[in-house]
Amino acid sequence: MISRRLCALGTALLVCVGLLSACGDDSDGSGGSGDKTLTVYAAASLTKTFTDIGKEFESQHDGVEVEFSFGGSSDLVAQIQQGAPADVFASADEANMQKLTGDVPQADDPVDFASNTLEIATPPGDPAGIKSFADLGKDGVNVVVCAPEVPCGAAAVKAEAATGVTINPVSEEQSVTDVLAKVSSGEADAGLVYVTDVKGAGDSVEGVTFPESSTIVNTYPIVALKDSKNSDLAQDFIDLVTSDTGRSILEEAGFAKP
Amino acid sequence: MYAPALVGAAFVLLPLVAILAKVDWAHFGSLITSEDSRTAFWLSLKTSTASTMLCLLFGVPMALVLARRDFPGLSVLRSLVLLPLVLPPVVGGLALLYTFGRKGLLGGAMDVIGVQVAFSTIAVVMAQTFVAMPFLVVTLEGALRTSGQRYEVVAASLGAGPTTVFRRITVPLVLPGLVSGAVLAFARSLGEFGATITFAGSLQGRTRTLPLEIYLQRETDPDAAVALAVVLVIVAVLVIGFARPGRGAM
Repeated sequence: MISRRLCALGTALLVCVGLLSACGDDSDGSGGSGDKTLTVYAAASLTKTFTDIGKEFESQHDGVEVEFSFGGSSDLVAQIQQGAPADVFASADEANMQKLTGDVPQADDPVDFASNTLEIATPPGDPAGIKSFADLGKDGVNVVVCAPEVPCGAAAVKAEAATGVTINPVSEEQSVTDVLAKVSSGEADAGLVYVTDVKGAGDSVEGVTFPESSTIVNTYPIVALKDSKNSDLAQDFIDLVTSDTGRSILEEAGFAKP
Repeated sequence: MYAPALVGAAFVLLPLVAILAKVDWAHFGSLITSEDSRTAFWLSLKTSTASTMLCLLFGVPMALVLARRDFPGLSVLRSLVLLPLVLPPVVGGLALLYTFGRKGLLGGAMDVIGVQVAFSTIAVVMAQTFVAMPFLVVTLEGALRTSGQRYEVVAASLGAGPTTVFRRITVPLVLPGLVSGAVLAFARSLGEFGATITFAGSLQGRTRTLPLEIYLQRETDPDAAVALAVVLVIVAVLVIGFARPGRGAM
């Protein structure tokens, strides 16, 4: 029986090694090895745009490699506060940036570089017939939102207040990507996500805009960290994000100006 | 030989010491008795008990078949049944979603009979049962193989029917293994996170179990998260005390 389990474990390991080497090949193709590395911690919602901006940065700076760690903003703040070796931090909201800069001033004041608003996402074909924010309050509609503890959930609470509609969600998810997954899989009839999520999800969800969303704006700040060993490069990266090039990449993904 | 053993032990124990050191003991009581915490705790207790029952209901017959029968493909079947042991729970959650979700393999059929498991406490119990079942099956199968069939054969030759043999001979013989298997399954259910958050979602009182509550509290109230984590550590220590090797067959 034990040999059986070992066998299963071995198979799993082989599969893992295969996957890993596949990933390795992929990253090898994207850029040469640099003698300097810039480490950027950025909110998960910036994954696609910042990867593009990072490639642009590498093409402008010979011998520099940009490494990203994408995650929930509050997780990233906690990691930086525990001494993670980051040069730049981009947050999905001001509250988490405040957590970082409130006690310990960083190299410079944070700069706002983008903003995002809420949108209703439904599965393709909109099976529950969601046409407005008010439809989210109807009985029998499975709505998924973020928990109020995380930024997208805080925005959802504000949206309820602005519209006067009370949502009885079937689930309060940990992150906006979890909400999106529940909607695109058809498990939920609707979810509250960001405009950029709807755009990034392509055909797997449909978006329903609501007028009150314009009053609830999430602003994305970016900062160079004081413990950075590449403070010049860190500032260069921030300059690129806020430049016309950076803006157009962000706007293409659905982000608005701050 | 002692040095690596010591390093290994320190590697396991030090994080536990670190989390105990991090607890805000002055507010420990109020942190773990807040309404959110209590709701999550009771939900965890209820769902874990239910899933342990389901593990017993389906796992005991499975262990019996694996230990006592012999047919082609048995070893393959055993590997597959034990798969959740090595599978990342989040993968289990996805698999459950594509089976029992609204758009899943059985989703349409379940809609017809009016059952909707998505976002319900039932989904939590299913996720826990999925990941916990192999613990019971492995432990009990081991116990059954160790105890052998001698007494069962003797009892049968003396005229006892299969049910009597099972009740009077098999169960008493493997009882320690059965108990530790059930306790391990309970503990695994209590700690279930990945499959639950993927398959059942997270809503207070309905699907947000203790591990999910800890993960969420960490966002805004790390002190509460640590306090709740310590509660789970205490429960885990108690469970290991119950199911420690020597009492069972593992």
